Amino acid sequence: MSVKTLSFILNGENTVVEVALSDMLVDVLREKLLLTGTKKGCGKGECGACTVIMNGEAVNSCMVPALKAEGAIVETIEGIGRPDKLHPLQESFMDQGAIQCGFCTPGMIMSAKALLDKNLTPNREDIREAVSGNICRCTGYVKIEKAVSVAAKQIRENQ
Amino acid sequence: MLQDYLVPKTIDQALSHLQNNNGKARIIAGGTDLLLDLKEGKKEAGILVDITRIPGLKVITMENGVVRIGSAATHNQVAKSDIIREKALVLAQAARSVGSLQIRNSGTVVGNVLNAQPAADTAVALTALGAVAEILSPAKKEYLPVEELYAGLGKSTLDSTSQLLTMVQFPALLKNQGSAFERLEQRKALALPMLNVAVVVSLSGEQFEWARIVMAPVGTKPVRATESEAILKGARATSELIEKAAGAAIAQANPRDSALRGSREYRLEVLPVLVKRALESAVAQAKGNF
Repeated sequence: MSVKTLSFILNGENTVVEVALSDMLVDVLREKLLLTGTKKGCGKGECGACTVIMNGEAVNSCMVPALKAEGAIVETIEGIGRPDKLHPLQESFMDQGAIQCGFCTPGMIMSAKALLDKNLTPNREDIREAVSGNICRCTGYVKIEKAVSVAAKQIRENQ
Repeated sequence: MLQDYLVPKTIDQALSHLQNNNGKARIIAGGTDLLLDLKEGKKEAGILVDITRIPGLKVITMENGVVRIGSAATHNQVAKSDIIREKALVLAQAARSVGSLQIRNSGTVVGNVLNAQPAADTAVALTALGAVAEILSPAKKEYLPVEELYAGLGKSTLDSTSQLLTMVQFPALLKNQGSAFERLEQRKALALPMLNVAVVVSLSGEQFEWARIVMAPVGTKPVRATESEAILKGARATSELIEKAAGAAIAQANPRDSALRGSREYRLEVLPVLVKRALESAVAQAKGNF
């Protein structure tokens, strides 16, 4: 027996997929469900590119055995906005120039969203802690920090 | 090659999965260390038994002055718990230092201890708190001090293919007690400790009743600075005394030259500074509570 059925709620939809016992969540998302927005960087929990939100918390999907997601609520970058109606974080990352090569961006945005889902008035330290597990080798983080606080303000104003 | 991934709902189920598989099944909690060890062939498992869905193991409680942390409680759960922040600040500080936020959301404090790295931040703090682990085997239940869970470098005395650590427990700190954690690191996030120090002190007025000082990585497991502790015991808590006790810590520290963690020479210079800072904040806390 090396395959099992995984049922979970992915981006708001009931999802059932056959997974290998040794699959990590990132592999299932990318290879089986073709949601390639979630990136696989280091594969050992150090870079944060594979960050998704599981049951409200940011986790490295490369370090989550797929079967741990059974019954869980999982959000990926594909689920938080649509091309015609982006999430405020997606807008602000573009507006503030918080993206260069873009590889870290989906993970960075999911970490930021996990923060803003709980705290819409984050201070600088909150934002730094939230993205401290996401490595970006292009931007130097200053614009990312700015983008997160701008998005928080935007969401507050929309409410 | 993994043959099954089991998610028991009770402790009994988890134990019988281990027993029925004669050493082929292994406990997994957060998996942030184990998955890497499995990938690199350092550990083996035919079957993984995931304990994170067992309700009783996720909780942090305080009852009759004893704090208990279930073995499926994550670093972030511990770092943010009001009980831990009020009754064992040193552990909240240590739990917050581990890995990244994502790792802290998955990885468990008990897993950090059982991975048996000498400088496991929460193991250093738990040793200072005098924590004891409850360990279940099919036929018996036993209690072991956290420091006795270290069999050697990266090796635990607990056999996760036949035993289950259910929780760690320690006395909640009293009003006349304080605790603190200090860490030397290359960056403020995602960095291994070059040195870490955990202290718990108990005061009677201006005097130390006792102090527990634990430091790492200066040996194969968290090391008690018993000579420093002896200097403090029963003496007046002055800054001269704290300075003297902090200086004495190096007698029991044996750090190695490390490309990752700095030279032996450098770390022996810095260690007393960390011990001093930790003692000062723990004492201030104990006094502030009056």
